[in-house]
Amino acid sequence: MYCSATAANIYVGAKRSHKTVSSAILSARDGDTIFVDAGHYREKNLIIDKSIILKGIDFPVLDGEKKYEIISITANGAVVDGFKLIHSGVSSLEDLSGIKVYDSRDVVIRNNILEDTFFGIYIQNGINCSIENNQLIAVGFEEQQSGNGIHCWKGDSLKVIGNQISGHRDGIYFEFVKNSVIWRNVSKNNLRYGLHFMFSNDDMYVNNVFRNNGSGVSVMYSNRIKMFSNYFEENWGDAAHGILLKEISDGFMEGNYFTRNTSGIYMEGANRIYMKRNVFENNGWALKIQASCMDVVLELNNFIGNTFDVGTNGSLVLNKFKNNYWDKYEGYDLDKDKIGDIPYRPVSMYSMIVEKYPPAMILFRSFITSLLDKTEKLIPSLTPENLKDTAPMMKRAF
Amino acid sequence: MNKIIKYVITDILRNKIVLIYTGFLLAASLSVFSLEDNSSKGLLSLLNIILIIVPLVSIIFSTIYMYNSAEFIELLVSQPLKRNAIWLSLFTGLASSLSIAFLIGAGIPVLIYQANLVGLTMILTGVLLSVIFAAIAFLATVKTRDKAKGIGAAIMLWLYFSLLFDGLVLFILFQFADYPMENAMIALSALNPIDLSRILILLQLDVSAMMGYTGAVFKDFFGASNGLIFSFFVLLSWIVIPVWYSTLKFNSKDL
Repeated sequence: MYCSATAANIYVGAKRSHKTVSSAILSARDGDTIFVDAGHYREKNLIIDKSIILKGIDFPVLDGEKKYEIISITANGAVVDGFKLIHSGVSSLEDLSGIKVYDSRDVVIRNNILEDTFFGIYIQNGINCSIENNQLIAVGFEEQQSGNGIHCWKGDSLKVIGNQISGHRDGIYFEFVKNSVIWRNVSKNNLRYGLHFMFSNDDMYVNNVFRNNGSGVSVMYSNRIKMFSNYFEENWGDAAHGILLKEISDGFMEGNYFTRNTSGIYMEGANRIYMKRNVFENNGWALKIQASCMDVVLELNNFIGNTFDVGTNGSLVLNKFKNNYWDKYEGYDLDKDKIGDIPYRPVSMYSMIVEKYPPAMILFRSFITSLLDKTEKLIPSLTPENLKDTAPMMKRAF
Repeated sequence: MNKIIKYVITDILRNKIVLIYTGFLLAASLSVFSLEDNSSKGLLSLLNIILIIVPLVSIIFSTIYMYNSAEFIELLVSQPLKRNAIWLSLFTGLASSLSIAFLIGAGIPVLIYQANLVGLTMILTGVLLSVIFAAIAFLATVKTRDKAKGIGAAIMLWLYFSLLFDGLVLFILFQFADYPMENAMIALSALNPIDLSRILILLQLDVSAMMGYTGAVFKDFFGASNGLIFSFFVLLSWIVIPVWYSTLKFNSKDL
């Protein structure tokens, strides 16, 4: 058509004029759409240096032959949609990836399947890029020989939405990324962290599932992070936490579920975190809050069926617990305002003992340790005096 | 032998104490499950019953029963019966009636409210503890002729196993805090059937907390099939050794 002079459709396939994707890209101009038929393509390193839309029909396979980075994007506004990428090369020196974006903006990577890639999708200095509905499955066995699923190094306004990541070193990795959103992803069975955050400010993650990762989720050295309605499940091991908050300031957490973790949240040097309406269920420790934390507020959270509710390492308490529901609370409510009349101390003496002498865990729930706990409740001596919920709820907070 | 067992069981049933014990267990376990809003908390309360009440009732009742049936035993010995058979059938009758009482009293509510691995472990350990403490009671009665002394010994043994032993372990743990104590802890736990049962249940109940570093050591040991077989055999030997030793003593005892 006359008016479409700037946007042509180019087809690639065994029966088309272009047999390879690279020759199609060579002849394409900015704004063109390249449709790729199903098939098995060995393109070595495919470089997209034009603002084109690359669309796969029925998941054509791009094979990196265990040597190459499969797709490299260096153009703004490029789109990669509907491919199956397999067997990228492995190199710790160059961080070979399934799809890597270099210094570009508005790139869209969606509906792809990545199998056996070293790094999955790698954004290196990207702005306003989206990574949507991709499936990433790696088969790494050791942390050293495995890359991250979605790796974002330096970026702004990125959108990571609806991806499924498993078997990588870190499921999602953010470093120096600002104003970005991570939404509806499932990151499970990764070797190290489900989500790894470093030096990334003003980000938000919502409705994600992080399950059974080597060490859970780790958020470090970041400010103003918001977390809503995420699920942290089944992260087991001494160094495994539902979420590790280290040197985090001004965070906000609401509606998250922490289920069956060794410790639900581990906080170290966290300041001004506001936690509201989260659910901690069946964890070893619902919350480990080190004495280095300040102005952390916990309000209206439910603590149900945890072995220990709160663990800490010192007597200094600069945090506030208010109106939480603790299933171990044994107080009463005489004035019937649904708030317990006596404060609840969530740190049990035995959790302090186990913190110091881990093998003591073997005596947990024995008669003598229950006696010790009860005595401590009457006359607190080991547990921090100020760590208490002054107004615990009698029924679940929500 | 079967006749003696049958007689012992009917005698115990007529005695009513075991019936009351069954009723108590039933009432207690039904109420802990229906009072708590989540049934895992009910399991915790039941854990205390299993670890404290069951051994206590088992050891005290067996001791008193043995002393009260001293004349019956003398009568049996005067018959053409082997002493082995008399002693073992007394033990079988007593242990099985206590186990049945436990199965009805605690087993049925557990199966109703928590028919899973935790519940089944609890039922199994409860039955084993009933039998173990009956065996220990037999040992206490065969060693002392005086009734008051024997019952005193039984109470002291119960106190030792359920309270003092853990205190000692805690003391040892604190004294040797600088050394790797995980394996020593496993070895120590074999010396107390209550501890061993508690750990087996703990590994099901508090698996998240037990998966911490040292926890992982315990989990690796007790959670693996070898460890389970080991703990099962240790619990069985807690039955076999006292019964065997008390049978030896009874064989040569001057009644």
